[in-house]
Amino acid sequence: MKLNDEEEAMLAGEFGPARQWAIKHQIAVGSFFDAEDLVPVGQAHIMADTEATGTTGVEFLETLARLPEDQRRVRIPTITDPRGVDFAAYKRLKQTEDMADREARAVRAFEALSVMMTNTCINYQTILPPVCGEHLAFGDTGVVIYSNGVLGARSNFEGGPSALSAGLTGRTPRYGYHLDSKRRGTRHFVVESSLSSLNDWGVLGGLVGKATNSYWEVPVISGLDRVPNSDEMKHFGAALASFGSVAMFHIPGVTPEAPSMNQAFHGQIPPESVKFDADDFKRFYAQYEARGEKADVVVFAAPQLSLLEVEQVAKLIAGRNIHDQTSLIVTTSPEIKFAADRMGLTDKIERSGGMVLSGVCFYQSYAREMAEANGWSRLITNSAKLVNIIGGYGYRPTLLSMENCIESAVSGRIMQ
Amino acid sequence: MTTVLHCHKGIGPAVRGTALCASDDFSARYDLDRMKGVFSRPAHKLYGQDYRGQILVLNTAKGGVASAWMLRHMRESGVTPLAYVFNSVNPILAQGAAFGEITMVDRFEDGDVTTLIRSGDELLVEPEAGRITILSRAP
Repeated sequence: MKLNDEEEAMLAGEFGPARQWAIKHQIAVGSFFDAEDLVPVGQAHIMADTEATGTTGVEFLETLARLPEDQRRVRIPTITDPRGVDFAAYKRLKQTEDMADREARAVRAFEALSVMMTNTCINYQTILPPVCGEHLAFGDTGVVIYSNGVLGARSNFEGGPSALSAGLTGRTPRYGYHLDSKRRGTRHFVVESSLSSLNDWGVLGGLVGKATNSYWEVPVISGLDRVPNSDEMKHFGAALASFGSVAMFHIPGVTPEAPSMNQAFHGQIPPESVKFDADDFKRFYAQYEARGEKADVVVFAAPQLSLLEVEQVAKLIAGRNIHDQTSLIVTTSPEIKFAADRMGLTDKIERSGGMVLSGVCFYQSYAREMAEANGWSRLITNSAKLVNIIGGYGYRPTLLSMENCIESAVSGRIMQ
Repeated sequence: MTTVLHCHKGIGPAVRGTALCASDDFSARYDLDRMKGVFSRPAHKLYGQDYRGQILVLNTAKGGVASAWMLRHMRESGVTPLAYVFNSVNPILAQGAAFGEITMVDRFEDGDVTTLIRSGDELLVEPEAGRITILSRAP
C-alpha cells in the first residue's frame, strides 16, 4: 500500500504505540483486500459492547487508555454503537454485576480515548447524518448500509478494532465501498407486493438479503409503489445487511446514486431479475409463525427505535396493562430516550409494564444470559433483523406487526 | 496423494489441522455458543458440532460486526477454531483475523472450497503463499 509521510511516521511509531498499532492493523486489512492506499474519513463509529469484546477486548482498550493523552486520543469524531448494559435498568433485566462492571470499564477506557459515548445504531437519524460522497468508518451493519444506500456516503463494515483504528489515524483502507466501481448495482429485484408496515420492509430486506448473500453484491430494487420513509429504510437495510451481509443498495428514483435504473447499474443492466410477490412475503412470515403460543418477551429493537416509533408504541400501549407473564422491552438511543421522557412517551410505556432502555440494543445485551435468567424463550418482535439473529441465542422468534406485538404483550399469547 | 488449492494471499500464520466443512455461512455472534465451542444456531448445517481446534471451511461471512472482536477473544480464551477458510469473506472477518493474528484465507482459483475440501481432511494452510495443501483425505 502507498503511504504518505505522515502515515509512514505513524507506522514507525513516531505518534506513539496506539497509532502504530492502528495503522499496522489497517495495512493488514487493506493488503488483504488489495487497497492501494488509505482514505481520510470524517467520522468513526465503534461497535464494542462488552459481550462482543469479551474481557480480552476490554483489557485491550484499557491498555490504550493508559497511554499519554496525546498518544491515545482519537483524531476525528468517534462515536459508539449500543452498549451491552443500560446502567439504569440492568438489575430489572437480571443482568449481573460482572456484566455492569465490565461495561463500566469499557466506557472509562473509551472516554480516556476521547470517544463520544453516543451508544446508538441510529446515529444517521440522531447524531450527524452522513452526506453523499463522504468517506466514513462506520461499524454496525445497519448503519453502514443506510449510510451507503440511502445517503450515498462511503463506508465498509468496520468492526470495532478497525473503526477504532480509523479514529486513531483519521483514515481507513480504500477498498470496497470507498471505490466507485464497487458501488455499481449487480442484481435486480422487482417488488410485486404492497408494503404496509415496518416489518414488511424488514421482510423485503430479508428476501433480498437471502437471495443476494454476499457483501460484494449490490442489489437494485424496483417496483415499489411509494417512497419509503427513514424508519422503513432503516428496517429494510438492517434486515438486508443481516440476512445477506449486504452493505449497499439502490432504489432507482429514490436513493441518491440511482436517479435512474441505468445509473444504478452504471449502464450495465442485467437481463434477468428476481421477483417477490405477496406469496413470498407470506412464506417468509410463516417460518416464524407460532399463533397462540405463550409470549415470553416482546422486543422493539434492532435497530433502536426512532422517536416516531417510540410514539407509535406508546400510543398503542397507553392505558393498557402488559400480561404479568410477559415482558415488553423498547430500546432506543440516549437522545431519543431524553425526548421520549420529556414528551411523556416513556411514562406511558412504563405505566403499562414495559421498559424503555437507553443506549443498548437487545441482542447486544447478553441476550443468552438474559433468556436464562428471565426464563424467556418465545420472543416476539417487528424486527426482521432480530428474528434472523436471535435464534443463535436460544430464542424462538416470531415476526409480527407492531400492533400485533402489542396485542401479544397484553394477552400473553401470540396474536397473529 | 496431496492436492494443492490456490487462493488469495491471506492473514495469519501457517497452520496444520483437520477440516470441519459445510456449504453454509458464518457469524461468530449468531452461529456459535462461544462458551461451549459448538455451533448453536439450529438452522446452521454444522449445528451441534464442536469447532474447537478445527479448520473451519465455509462459504461466506454474514452480517455481524461483532465478529471482529470475537475471533481474538475466542483465540485468547482457547475455545476457538484453528483457522478459517472461506470462498469469500466480508471485511469484518478479515478485520477480526488481522486483530487476532488468526489464520484466514479466501478467494480460491480452483472453485467452491466447500466442495473441494471435506470434513475430516488433513490440511496445511499457508496464508502468505495463498495456498492450502490437502495432506490426506477423510476416511
